[in-house]
Amino acid sequence: MTVLDTKAARNAILGKVTRALDAEGSDQKARQKVIVARIAKHERGVVPERGQAAAADRRKLFMSQIIALSGTAEHVGSAKDVPRAIATYLKQYNLPAKIRAGSDKRLKKFDWTKTPTLEVTHGPARDDDKAGLTYAVSGVAETGTLVLTSSGDNPTSLNFMPDHSIVVVDGKTVDACYEDGFDRVRKTQKKNPLPRSINFITGPSRTADIEQVIYYGAHGPKHLHVIVVG
Amino acid sequence: MEPTTQAFKSNVKTALGDKQLRRALGTIEQGFVAKRAQTTQALPEFEQLRNQARDVKDHTLANLDVYLEAYEAKVEGLGGHVHWAQDAAQACDIVLDICKQHDAKLVTKSKSMITEEIALNSALDAAGIEPVETDLGEYIIQLRKEPPSHIIAPAIHLTHEQIEADFRDKHTNLDEDRVLDDGAELVAEARTQLRQKFLKADVGITGANFLIAETGANVIVTNEGNADLTHTLPRVHIVVASIEKLVPTFEDAMGILRILARSATGQDISAYTSFTSGPKRPGDVDGPDAYHVVLLDNGRSDMLGTEFQEMLRCIRCGACMNHCPVYNTIGGHAYGWIYPGPMGAVLTPSLIGVDKAGLLPNASTFCGRCEAVCPMHIPLPKMMRHWRSREFERHLSPSTTRYGLKLWRHLACRPKVYQFVTGLVIRTLKALSAGKGVLHKLPFASAWTRHRDFPAPEGKTFQAQWRDRQTKGDA
Repeated sequence: MTVLDTKAARNAILGKVTRALDAEGSDQKARQKVIVARIAKHERGVVPERGQAAAADRRKLFMSQIIALSGTAEHVGSAKDVPRAIATYLKQYNLPAKIRAGSDKRLKKFDWTKTPTLEVTHGPARDDDKAGLTYAVSGVAETGTLVLTSSGDNPTSLNFMPDHSIVVVDGKTVDACYEDGFDRVRKTQKKNPLPRSINFITGPSRTADIEQVIYYGAHGPKHLHVIVVG
Repeated sequence: MEPTTQAFKSNVKTALGDKQLRRALGTIEQGFVAKRAQTTQALPEFEQLRNQARDVKDHTLANLDVYLEAYEAKVEGLGGHVHWAQDAAQACDIVLDICKQHDAKLVTKSKSMITEEIALNSALDAAGIEPVETDLGEYIIQLRKEPPSHIIAPAIHLTHEQIEADFRDKHTNLDEDRVLDDGAELVAEARTQLRQKFLKADVGITGANFLIAETGANVIVTNEGNADLTHTLPRVHIVVASIEKLVPTFEDAMGILRILARSATGQDISAYTSFTSGPKRPGDVDGPDAYHVVLLDNGRSDMLGTEFQEMLRCIRCGACMNHCPVYNTIGGHAYGWIYPGPMGAVLTPSLIGVDKAGLLPNASTFCGRCEAVCPMHIPLPKMMRHWRSREFERHLSPSTTRYGLKLWRHLACRPKVYQFVTGLVIRTLKALSAGKGVLHKLPFASAWTRHRDFPAPEGKTFQAQWRDRQTKGDA
């Protein structure tokens, strides 16, 4: 497959930029070396105090921030309790006892025997799915933000298509700031490239495009429910 | 879109007479402005973050060639393709070419100022490919065939009634008697219409808030989640972004993101901040098979190394226009092109020429509110002044302005004559006001006094008063 060759435009743009920056005479290799080193270091900048909560305070801050931003949150003692929390949530909104999830192995640790009527199907979201279930890599206490990554385990569409998005996050992966959450993604991937889509999600979908009034469920979930485990 | 920047004065006249526009613009002060004040005050580190953001962008711009190459290598390493476009026509050609390669009929788009700048929708339409805007505000103005009137709230100039009328007019497949009194009903209707488009789309086009050299990711911020459906559901994801969107690392992007939403909508963070890169990975069950980035210059490289370089730090938050008394009075369409408000007054002349857009940097009272709230510390009034001087140097300003300025220069360079003339003017105006303190009409300035009174001078000139004071002080 061939797409328009834009090499000439590339060289023209880069040439113009280099000339405009007065960097023509300078040693390009040396400049590159400095930049490569800066990128590799990916040093942190200012992290607000709100993003530096101690481990003991993080869960509380995380959950209160979610609620402040129009989501809902609950804490369960162990992974086993998650299905019952899901079933209760669905009932509360008069939804059918059905949920769509990915193939995350951690879902097997949940005790599904307590909720025999809850039907779980697996795969990316379909148009008529009312509720989606995904597992977050991290929860960021700073603003009640979930860090989710694309994969077969947790398809991205599940976070954006159903009216109700239920997200599970482990208490021990509730982090203080965005940088900690992103480092967790980096660590999980080890040598592999980062996931295609890394989504920072804070509250349900919303719009203020009609007279600056906020309405929920513009495209994605009308409701976001977070279950913190352990 | 064809700029109407030269018709600025008549655009303004139309805007001032538009009652619905005035009502719609009335929401800005209680909305954007009040919310920004609240969230920025709640973050003690806001000023520190602003300074850091400025420094990160300055560093990136000073090494932009190196960062662009590093970013390109990263994207290609992930199986994506980077295409370079010097101008709008090249960018549109590349997008059309990719669409044709993939036999695309329907394209969903998330809100992007850059695709407005290159008029991509017209190019797609002309090629028989249907573009569908999916941000609610953009969707509304697409139905109305209007350009955006604000860079983050494209339909801010419209009222509920106008939007309802448009939906009734265009959504002809729905029951005519349906109730749309509540905004929530309008939102739900748009959601249902657009969901079907999302599911059918062959290509999804997004812009980028940032491009990250470290990870090869494009960053997209939305509150609706429409950008994520745009890049996740179709077979192909195309990112169109201008070259100054580069930042070195995730950490650098995050530092700026901490002040972006606060400055824009007054949120701590937007509902969705997404970092996407390349096509889907092995094992992924959703996401595009192909990933393309179109890197656009379109005049940016001409700004580098000039007094307008700092404008390239702009992150398109819209704070400058939200706080601008001129924007709040006339709205965005009067500016005549894509970028309104103070940022537009600086950027538009850079991109389409000061000969066409010279009136925009003149439409400012220099109150300085835009610079005071700009999260990137862009000296907008200073740059508007630069445009005014360029306009003067190139003999583009109207002859009355030029003669006026020349006359003033002539006087200002001759202190004795200056003092004599100003003293004379003051005495004359005082006499004309006949003790009323105001003047309803002024010779040679009827355009000014048509709408307001001129306060009549009282007492002596500043210099005369100063002289008196010095003499008294000495005595």
